[in-house]
Amino acid sequence: MIKEPLITQEMIESHGLTEDEYNNIKQILGREPNYTELGIFSVMWSEHCSYKSSKIYLKKLPTKGKHIIQGPGENAGIVDIGDGLAIVFKMESHNHPSYIEPYQGAATGVGGILRDIFTMGARPLASLNSLRFGSFDHPRTRYLLNGVVAGIAGYGNCIGVPTIGGEAYFNKSYNGNILVNVFTLGVVKKNRIFKGVAYGPGNPVIYVGSKTGRDGIHGATMASEQFDESSQERRPTVQVGDPFTEKLLLEACLELMKEDYIVGIQDMGAAGLTCSSSEMASRSGTGIEIDLSKVPRREEGMTPYELMLSESQERMLIVAKEGFEKKVEEIFKKWDLDVSVIGRVTDDKMIRVREAGKIVVDIPAEALTEEAPIYTRPKERPQYLLKTQNFSIHNIPEPVDFNDILIKLLKSPNIASKHWIYRQYDHMVRTNTVLLPGSDAAIIRVKGTNKGIALTVDSNSRYCYLDPYKGGMASVVEASRNLVCSGAKPLAITDCLNFGNPEKPEIMWQFDQAVSGISEACKKLNTPVIGGNVSFYNETQGEAIYPTPTIAMAGIVYDINLRQTQWFKDNGDLVVLLGKSYEELGGSEYLATIHGIEEGIPPDINMDMEIAVQDTCLEAIQNGLIKSAHDCSEGGIAVALAESCFSGPKFNRGVKISIKEEKIRGDCLLFGESQSRIIVSLDKDKLDDLKKIAKKNNSPFSVIGEVGTDRLVIEGLIDCDIESLKQEWRGALEERL
Amino acid sequence: MKFGVIVFPGANCDHDCYHVIKHVFKQDVEFVWHKEERLAKYDCLVLPGGFSYGDYLRPGAIVKFSPIMKEVKRFAKSGGLVLGICNGFQVLLETDLLPGAMMTNSSLKFICSDVYLKLESDETPFTNQGRVGGVYKMPIAHFDGNYFADEATLQGLEDNRQIIFRYCSEDGDITDDANPNGALWNISAICNIERNVLGMMPHPERCCESILGNEDGRLIFDSIIKSILR
Repeated sequence: MIKEPLITQEMIESHGLTEDEYNNIKQILGREPNYTELGIFSVMWSEHCSYKSSKIYLKKLPTKGKHIIQGPGENAGIVDIGDGLAIVFKMESHNHPSYIEPYQGAATGVGGILRDIFTMGARPLASLNSLRFGSFDHPRTRYLLNGVVAGIAGYGNCIGVPTIGGEAYFNKSYNGNILVNVFTLGVVKKNRIFKGVAYGPGNPVIYVGSKTGRDGIHGATMASEQFDESSQERRPTVQVGDPFTEKLLLEACLELMKEDYIVGIQDMGAAGLTCSSSEMASRSGTGIEIDLSKVPRREEGMTPYELMLSESQERMLIVAKEGFEKKVEEIFKKWDLDVSVIGRVTDDKMIRVREAGKIVVDIPAEALTEEAPIYTRPKERPQYLLKTQNFSIHNIPEPVDFNDILIKLLKSPNIASKHWIYRQYDHMVRTNTVLLPGSDAAIIRVKGTNKGIALTVDSNSRYCYLDPYKGGMASVVEASRNLVCSGAKPLAITDCLNFGNPEKPEIMWQFDQAVSGISEACKKLNTPVIGGNVSFYNETQGEAIYPTPTIAMAGIVYDINLRQTQWFKDNGDLVVLLGKSYEELGGSEYLATIHGIEEGIPPDINMDMEIAVQDTCLEAIQNGLIKSAHDCSEGGIAVALAESCFSGPKFNRGVKISIKEEKIRGDCLLFGESQSRIIVSLDKDKLDDLKKIAKKNNSPFSVIGEVGTDRLVIEGLIDCDIESLKQEWRGALEERL
Repeated sequence: MKFGVIVFPGANCDHDCYHVIKHVFKQDVEFVWHKEERLAKYDCLVLPGGFSYGDYLRPGAIVKFSPIMKEVKRFAKSGGLVLGICNGFQVLLETDLLPGAMMTNSSLKFICSDVYLKLESDETPFTNQGRVGGVYKMPIAHFDGNYFADEATLQGLEDNRQIIFRYCSEDGDITDDANPNGALWNISAICNIERNVLGMMPHPERCCESILGNEDGRLIFDSIIKSILR
């Protein structure tokens, strides 16, 4: 028996617990916690696991809907897609570990989110990611980008789940704290959904997967702190991934789930054995007893503290039906995985852990989950907004050469082609990817049906910095617009809310505003939030990242043959703008890239207009009226048009456009990022039909040009050769690497 | 006619191969678990892509100790058709059913992308429906597809017409630019001297359906089916 250290004031502090929290623990237990218990409370009450600063705000989010089978609170959310099938999806952040150790940090992020999906009985079918790095001037950016992309590729490619899309942004606010948000979607039969529950006292608790090692101890606590000079010392808290074992675990679990042997199952992610057992028990109003001597271990001499807090990857906790232990064992042995009955469900609602016959942990399960602290932290509007909102476009000169500006924007790493990244991901395995990376959304087919699932991930963090409410809203509506442009009806979202230190009132204000904006947009679009996570403390040496609420949205394409792409198809087709342009430059990529200014007020969002435009576009696609659809986002209408000209897989198409408006400055017209705009192209004789749909939906509508030639011509403003634009756009990211 | 798709631990294109054979080409197909020591009667065995044993040590290196591999070897020696795709090709090299070795891509990165292939020989059961000199588009997805063999082996492959596909440009030119991974002589597929074992890095199972935007992979399955029926 290993002797545990005595609890000291210093130890409590190093565990990230406040004095009040510690007193609370003593009250719950009616005694002092021992060392292992202190570790358990520390990790379960960490920001990462408890959501203690965010919980009251998250309640604002809409989470219900007719089509929603499972909202937040489980391993992942579930949405009905008909045909007896449902989609299961979730996004999670792995920011802190990825900054400390990019390859393993990103890889284990992918591994974790995959487990969240297959633990519910769904086969993972597609992954996305949202990545944010510092500016290219920063010495670590290339290293981090290379490592993160390789880590995602290393894990996702090996396990055989295609990475079909995502986004990558670069901004100096991420110099000291990158963001790695990973998303996975799976499909499950509606009557074969499994949950993280532990019903039935007496039922066996079974540990399956990899052995437990000393890696990742206090990973969740580390993710709840900001970075400083000593962060590199945190490397041992980053877990090491083994995608091969996870692949075995995936197949074994899905094989198990075809049978009726089990009650519940949950992956061991953050806080490992501790989190999975207490959450499963707490959800079910039961308790769990664990005998640590039964836990498979990678090394000798591990203490109860280490065993309970290890975040070794590729492990699952199962509650089986009594009497089916052997059946479960057979399946995991077939796949050469460890399997061990480590305990029983009890009826006294306690998490009780024994080591060598002695009780080493005895904590009420709900104390670790439901009864974790909740804070209403102070909020305050940040001072910087006084300056940024004071910006006026009249203080910057209107440029002369718009061709040159267009090229510079296409070469900006935020707009440039990301093929250098997605080429490293297997985006085709499982042969479902019917729309490859490089359009507004990615689409997978659902084999055995005529349906498709469209996916996108979006966040405009510059808007969020300048106005978090609008920024949150813009991120949702852009995701929705992207799906609609691919012919999908948006269904639901999952989010990763990445912010700075919540103990600072300005950060809490940003968070509240962003969540309110997301909530407003989701309500109007009827896309509930079915899960996600919050990542606070994204700061280094007191400097916070831009507030970055990442939105991943899934939609359904009812007829997979009626999916749509963003590129122009045939010469002679008309080009139509749905929506309207205003004189808005605040927060634009143009201001940032060309003028080095990240100020102003982000563009307005009128939800009625947004819905009118989206409904028109979707209806037109579903009726087979249009041949391309592309939304206007970073870089405005000029960049959107250029992308429609050259992003097709087979050929370029030129276009001649006329959008001159007396009242709007040329740079605003071309590069302004007014919301609710979609560019579509169509056969001339379909124009009247499209007009009717636009009119019915109240969507602004204007014919702005015609497809043809090999040049991008915007009358009086831009005249460029398409192929040379394409080369600049395609090579820009690689050039910087 | 019956196909068998071998399931190694870590294989991840086994379902894709099964799907294509069963649902696109409407042929009888079964998964074969790698721990099996007896092989049922099959006309063609497919060694699918993926990361058998996590590619640990070296792609394909550990699979050679899987119980089923003895049977696969016996099957191949008796003239049965064996198609190794991607990791399956690497396995065929490691088990000496095909000559040469795979090194890491010259870019030192995983590459997933469509490539163009020039058909060098239609005298195999896997390519008999093709046209020599024809250009086919198929996707690759691998980290280690940089084919290597010594000069004598390469010359032997050439002399015996065992080089089946080479990476080429869209117009069919065999150039360095068209070579995605540094493979010697732009080699992307080879067969054994008896021509009943084919290893190829590209994934034909990923391009047999119009909904996926490319049907060039049908060549391989059409040819196999034709040659079995013959």
